Amino acid sequence: MATETMVKPVTEYEVVIGLEIHAELLTDAKVWCGCSTKFGAEPNTQVCPVCMGLPGTLPVLNREAVAYAIKAGLALNCSIAPEARFDRKHYFYPDLPKAYQITQNDHPLCRRGYVEFELGGETRRVGIHHIHLEEEAGKLMHAGDRLMEAEYSLIDYNRAGIPLIEIVTEPDIRSPEEARVFLENLKSILEYTRVSDCRMEQGSLRVDANISLRPKGSTKFGNKAEIKNLNSFRAVQRALEYEVRRQTEILQRGEEVAAETRHWDETKGVTVAMRTKDEEDDYRYSPEPDIPPFEVDPAWVERLRAQLPELPREKQQRFVEQYELPAYDAGVLTADAKVADFFEACVAAYGKPKIVSNWLMGEFLRLLREDGAEVQDVPLTPEGLAELLTLVDRGVISGSIGKEVFEDMFRTGKSAAAIVKERGLEQISDEGELAAVVDQVIAENEDAAAKVRAGEMKTIGFLVGQVMQKTRGKANPKLVNELLRARLVQE
Amino acid sequence: MKFTPEQVRALAGQARLGLTDEEAERLAAQLTDVLQEAERLKELDVEGVEPTLFGVQLVNVWRDDAVEASLPRDAALAAAPDVQDGFVKVPRIVEE
Repeated sequence: MATETMVKPVTEYEVVIGLEIHAELLTDAKVWCGCSTKFGAEPNTQVCPVCMGLPGTLPVLNREAVAYAIKAGLALNCSIAPEARFDRKHYFYPDLPKAYQITQNDHPLCRRGYVEFELGGETRRVGIHHIHLEEEAGKLMHAGDRLMEAEYSLIDYNRAGIPLIEIVTEPDIRSPEEARVFLENLKSILEYTRVSDCRMEQGSLRVDANISLRPKGSTKFGNKAEIKNLNSFRAVQRALEYEVRRQTEILQRGEEVAAETRHWDETKGVTVAMRTKDEEDDYRYSPEPDIPPFEVDPAWVERLRAQLPELPREKQQRFVEQYELPAYDAGVLTADAKVADFFEACVAAYGKPKIVSNWLMGEFLRLLREDGAEVQDVPLTPEGLAELLTLVDRGVISGSIGKEVFEDMFRTGKSAAAIVKERGLEQISDEGELAAVVDQVIAENEDAAAKVRAGEMKTIGFLVGQVMQKTRGKANPKLVNELLRARLVQE
Repeated sequence: MKFTPEQVRALAGQARLGLTDEEAERLAAQLTDVLQEAERLKELDVEGVEPTLFGVQLVNVWRDDAVEASLPRDAALAAAPDVQDGFVKVPRIVEE
């Protein structure tokens, strides 16, 4: 067989990513009617003729939804339009009762903002093209959970008409990782501002990603794929990583990437081209005649601006300055406003910010993650943590026992002193009692002891560990160390 | 400009309206009349005239963020062609 060597030209590609983020607003009532927005109700019990799209009904704009959207815009450094209006976007899909969605096509409420964040030691800025206000569609559940295979689908219209903002970024994102970090920062800002609870698992925050590749140095955009069904920030990163590989291979073969919508399959870890019935490229936008345009009073915008809380990056900066924390610690602690508040309360009760930071970044966040809990649900109080840390400082318990006690306090809310007493965890600092254990450990570990005698000091850690094991972690490690040295090391 | 019965049937299909052939023919003729009437408007010179989007000049018609009673579920679902466990049931959405 004749062989022919083909030398492929190696082209380096630049990744271009833009995101569309949908966030449900935290109003009590829907955007055009008085139905509740509360999550988790029985299906189709929070619906009325307006949000079911029955003929002859008239939507009336919820003023608070506009206020929330403006706040989101201000927190994302957007300018607020003095005048805005709504349009109808027409398409047929079972979750859309009116067969059109009321949205803002060319008169969005907020424009030209940005989010700044740190990535790999440099400050990145991703532009916000605009934010518009629109209504949610109903929620579809597919038989067997998979749209592609479902023989039928079920619809709950409770969600239809919940106010939603769509945040559209500029195509400024240059890697899948950057997309994830941007989203984490955006979520923090929206949570801080209390405009959305941003719960991806409940669908109150959703992300679609547009991705294309182009040869490095080119200023022309390549064909883009729009990725849907991204259920977590991790899924966003994974799906985009997959797309970078897929599109690179297509371009390397000299072919063209299809401009299409693709569906992320979380289990298989791939994106699949998606076609739906009645899908139309032309949404036939037209001005919404039922909702008069609205003017945004600049004084109102200023009142809303004054209500904005300290935002994550400002808080991070302040933590670095006020508490002398490393930027990394400050970033972790301020990602969630409630964690940041808890930290400040702990420092007020105990002092020593770096020690508090270590406990919160380590044990506290770990347990929150493990339990899937929110800060406000945790019975541990800042005063409780201060008490525990004081016990460690005074040598009543060791640091490692402290972690055990912490876990108990985190889950039960009992006081540190009560737990220590109840479980007999006081640190053993009695020299006589410890000396007996130390002697026993040396006798049982002659080899290790010999090594230490011969000057191999790193082995002393092993012996300390043996003593800790025999005392179930209660021995005062400093004292154990001293006792071992006194026996094994010629000073 | 003409509306064909085929176009009417396609539109009716998307809007989930059942039409007989006779109705499609009749509506095609009527819609053609409407379109032709609208075509006449193109004869006007509207250069520099702002489009009128609303018949009445209202701005800032708001409602408060207050929850009101919703419909009883039976009433809300009364017009749905198929219902299962309190959900509206629809046939397969995706094409191959």
